[in-house]
Amino acid sequence: MEKYRIDPSKGMEFGIYTLGDHLADPRTGERISAKERIQQMVRLAQLADQAGIDFFSVGESHQPYFASQAHAVILAAIAQATEKIKIGSSSTILSTSDPVRVYENFATLDLISNGRAEIIAGRASRVGLFELLGYDLHNYEALFEEKFDLLLQLNEEEVVNWSGEFRRPLRNAEVLPRPLSGSLPIWRAVGGTPASAIKAGYAGVPMTVAMLGGPASVFKQTIDTYREALAARGFDPTQLPVATTGFFYAAETTQEALRDYYPHINEGMKKTNGQGFPKQLFAQGADHRSIINVGSPQQIIEKILYQHEQFGHQRYLAQLDFGGVPFEKMAQNIEYIGTEILPAIKKYTKQGGAE
Amino acid sequence: MKVVGISGSIVGSKTKTAMSLLWEEMVKAYPNAEHVLLDLADYQLQFSDGRNYLDYTGDTAFVTEQIMQADILFIGTPIFQASIPGTLKNVFDLLPTQALRDKVAAIVVTAGSAKHFLVAEQQLKPILSYMKAHLVSTFVFAEEKDFLNGKIINDDVHFRLQRLIEDAFDLAEAQASIRMKREAEYDF
Repeated sequence: MEKYRIDPSKGMEFGIYTLGDHLADPRTGERISAKERIQQMVRLAQLADQAGIDFFSVGESHQPYFASQAHAVILAAIAQATEKIKIGSSSTILSTSDPVRVYENFATLDLISNGRAEIIAGRASRVGLFELLGYDLHNYEALFEEKFDLLLQLNEEEVVNWSGEFRRPLRNAEVLPRPLSGSLPIWRAVGGTPASAIKAGYAGVPMTVAMLGGPASVFKQTIDTYREALAARGFDPTQLPVATTGFFYAAETTQEALRDYYPHINEGMKKTNGQGFPKQLFAQGADHRSIINVGSPQQIIEKILYQHEQFGHQRYLAQLDFGGVPFEKMAQNIEYIGTEILPAIKKYTKQGGAE
Repeated sequence: MKVVGISGSIVGSKTKTAMSLLWEEMVKAYPNAEHVLLDLADYQLQFSDGRNYLDYTGDTAFVTEQIMQADILFIGTPIFQASIPGTLKNVFDLLPTQALRDKVAAIVVTAGSAKHFLVAEQQLKPILSYMKAHLVSTFVFAEEKDFLNGKIINDDVHFRLQRLIEDAFDLAEAQASIRMKREAEYDF
């Protein structure tokens, strides 16, 4: 776990991620400017840092209703504005970037942040960026696999010799600057299914899994499959961390949390995904077995601990800003996390912690 | 209430004839509904490559968006090789897996002979159910002998189309009120 800068003795890590969506607040119909939204992400990361939260990440999206096209630049601003919190991408769409440039950016980010930078690399769920950035969608899978392999090689080797299909070969190439400790934690972003997780397992890399809705037990299969694939390829599952991600919203009561967050999720999904989030499914989010961490702080603590019991994961990432949530509500959520949720999670998940 | 019709083939005339008649009757019976009839022969649709429907452009974007906005879908199809035509299947393939959630779907089948009667049951209904549509369980089946010179000459088919329209609107209304009642209980 050390290679990935994770210390299990301190308990499960708690992080916050934003996709960088830029949507109207459905209650007012008003959308802040891109400038405000980007600065909001930086402020949110600052609050998270002050609250003792472990990790903050920003996604990359190249489509309407997003402001995080240049996510590495936003992360640089966050690096400068924060002190202790680890920072990363969620995710970097590697398929449509040159891994050398990505590595240079994040190694630089690592130096700016005194060794706090990480990469979560993914394949994109929407594909408009292939045309925008000049790539052929027919190579959707091959592009990612080749570039991901190269990125891992750049991380492991200071002098790289490489050749592939989608970029010119590298001959004795030095990719500089090097990260503070010599390498970066590089994760693979995985959709919720076992079929997707198995690829991270075969590659022997840590994975960050998206969990949109449904019961924890279904996602346990995904995580079990990942660890089995790791073991089958000779990797040690105890050395490779798993992170889970999903909707999060805390309020005084569960009812208030559901009421507050639902319109943001539903309207936001319509705009970014083309279909709303069924109310019935969201209502089931109140059940302790559901993966959606929306509720009172106490209920969320119980859910996260239940998920931890199921998954044995090392990091949980919360998405609490989706769909134009007003900033004061985000701040209130950070407050709940910092004062109630985080201390309880740490207490019960650290090694030798309260059983 | 938005009503979208799909005439699911780019060849032949019977499906288009049946859908045009259905459309006339529907507009007469429900003049306030917003309605769009899509004849696939009028559009250049690309084959599905698995992307989110919002990422398509041109005719493909137009047709998929119309369907996604619908409350009621009338699907007209001929029978080719014991199934629906590939053109219609491609339309379903372009959409998300649960694209027909909270939508009512009603079916009109045209065929060369009565031998094709069960094809809609075995080939089309499973697709619509998988995509979460509320199905009007009876469908209208019209065969070669019901048509002459671009008209439907069997009066019973006219009556059956009228009933299909009523059933679809009734089901949409009932489903909407069930959903509203359920959602009101959530208090969020």
